[in-house]
Amino acid sequence: MEKFEKVISTGIPMPIEHVDTDQIIPARFLKATTREGFGDNLFRDWRYDKADQPIQDFVLNNPTYDGSILVAGENFGCGSSREHAAWAIYDFGIRVVVSSFFADIFKGNSLNNGLLPVQLATEEMDEIFKAIEKNPSVQFEVDLPSQTFKILGTDQSFHFEIDNYKKMCMLNGYDDLDFLLSLENEIEKFEKEQVIY
Amino acid sequence: MGKTLVDKIWEAHKVHEVEGAEVIYIDQQFLHEVTSPQAFDGLRKRDRQVFRINKNLATADHNVPTWNQHLPIQEPLSRKQVKKLTDNCEEFGVQLYGLGHQYQGIVHVIGPELGYTKPGMTIVCGDSHTSTHGAFGAIAFGIGTSQVEQVLASQCLVLKKPKNMRITIDGELQNGVLSKDIILYIISKLDTGGATGHFVEYAGSAIKNLSMEARMTVCNMSIEMGARGGLIAPDETTIDYVKSKWSGEQSDLAAAEKFWSTLYTDEDAKFDTEYHFDAADIEPMLTYGTNPGMGMKVSDSIPATADAKPLAYMGLNNGESLLGKEIQHVFIGSCTNGRIEDLRLIADFVKGKRKSDHVEVMIIPGSKQVEKQAKEEGLDAVFAEAGFQLREPGCSACLGMNEDKIPAGEYCVSTSNRNFEGRQGPGARTILASPLMAAAAAINGKIVDVRSEL
Ligand code: SF4
Repeated sequence: MEKFEKVISTGIPMPIEHVDTDQIIPARFLKATTREGFGDNLFRDWRYDKADQPIQDFVLNNPTYDGSILVAGENFGCGSSREHAAWAIYDFGIRVVVSSFFADIFKGNSLNNGLLPVQLATEEMDEIFKAIEKNPSVQFEVDLPSQTFKILGTDQSFHFEIDNYKKMCMLNGYDDLDFLLSLENEIEKFEKEQVIY
Repeated sequence: MGKTLVDKIWEAHKVHEVEGAEVIYIDQQFLHEVTSPQAFDGLRKRDRQVFRINKNLATADHNVPTWNQHLPIQEPLSRKQVKKLTDNCEEFGVQLYGLGHQYQGIVHVIGPELGYTKPGMTIVCGDSHTSTHGAFGAIAFGIGTSQVEQVLASQCLVLKKPKNMRITIDGELQNGVLSKDIILYIISKLDTGGATGHFVEYAGSAIKNLSMEARMTVCNMSIEMGARGGLIAPDETTIDYVKSKWSGEQSDLAAAEKFWSTLYTDEDAKFDTEYHFDAADIEPMLTYGTNPGMGMKVSDSIPATADAKPLAYMGLNNGESLLGKEIQHVFIGSCTNGRIEDLRLIADFVKGKRKSDHVEVMIIPGSKQVEKQAKEEGLDAVFAEAGFQLREPGCSACLGMNEDKIPAGEYCVSTSNRNFEGRQGPGARTILASPLMAAAAAINGKIVDVRSEL
């Protein structure tokens, strides 16, 4: 996993609620057996029509918007547990998804792949959407050590929460498995004491 | 202060604590072909073995065809993915009930059916509907592929303890109202994100009166309101079921039963959130939109406030009733309603009736065992007479990864759990309902209130 410290970028606005992982990456693209290449099919059925032509008014096809920060609607990533959704977003070049609310499994999957989910208050999200609407090339700064999301060129700066453990993993590029493997003795001890049926 | 059932099971599986999270031991992992290949690859890259082989079980379900399973899979990518699972299981020594095996089936159907799922366990699978197993009083939840790899390598996960929610449903269900209606009703009340961050315990007399299979249907859809999982405290119904599947030593059974009897929420336990509903208020339910929270009673009309985008996708209007709506497909199956009890109920209802000419009906049994039992009980003949196709087991049109897809723009009344855009095929329009409502729609060629047909 790549280390994450700070991202400065423009944002891609997608103010749609309850975006489920079937939209992020439809099931028919889950047949690959590696982690790479899913970005091409990110939001496939919103991005391309039946003849595989780009749908012009979808935000990812709109040249006005670009960047590595996806500014999303409430309850982003609900539905299927497919980690392919986080892989597809990352593979497309996104490093941060910001929303007022994330579905649990998606949030966990993102953190395990170096994709930072930033949860902000609804009013703060409104400010971000407004800033992009006013000026699509407005830059945002996402700083993990200080846990802040800034709208550059303004004095607006929002604090976000992240578990200390997860923050440490993201900053160092560690995943949970590195940590779990270091606990082998403790796990074996637990097994000896546990009675299960 | 007392403890909830989730607290008790959680604490009994805690291996280690870190700041803001806990390391939890996993008693059983289920694997399938779609979310496991990258996990096995990860093991290979790290040069690791599977840590506890006998706590992992695999099956092929998401991609498999539902015709001619004895022949090689036609679709090359599906064939490759299923082959990959077979190779991985062979290389790492994991037990696989693959295509052609008498125990193959949808992962959440075979776990309980074969006696792997038991009260008090922690159970995971790279699939969000793992919550199904919670019906036995287990902590069961879906995980991502990185976590599948973690469990393969260490039998543990780093987790944040979920919050506790209890949903109590007391009273008697109306005739023709099934457990599928209970859960669709709850989700319509809580919305798709209403239980995010929570583990839900379902309680109350209406839940207690359900069979194990009906309980699985309820727990199955917990994720559709955002919950990490759902569970029901084990009682006599649970213990009878688990005993009937018991494969261990008889001498261990008494001790096991004693342990299971400790699995309940203490009376003075406190939940972060509680809801109460009256069973009598529940009617057969239907969804009208593109997430499972967009549901209503069959006698209701689509809310005036419902969003335009999902309604446009569904070709429906605000204020419209779904009664009389013509449909083209009926899909009966999935880990929500693909069990023998569902098939029996449908056979009983359609006996002597015939499907409407313009409707295609597929029944996909949840497992080889369900298929076999249906045939032994003669349900196949009833379905054949009614014009319903009984096929071979798999996920099928629940997510349309194999060739079973609903054509764009056509309506499908489905007993599965998700009506997302494109879930059953690009452009497909899904209406979620109970098996009885689905069967009644198949016979009538349109949506009817099954209560008037009983
Ligand atoms: S039947 Fe549907 S919901 Fe169940 S495991 Fe298969 S794809 Fe998932």
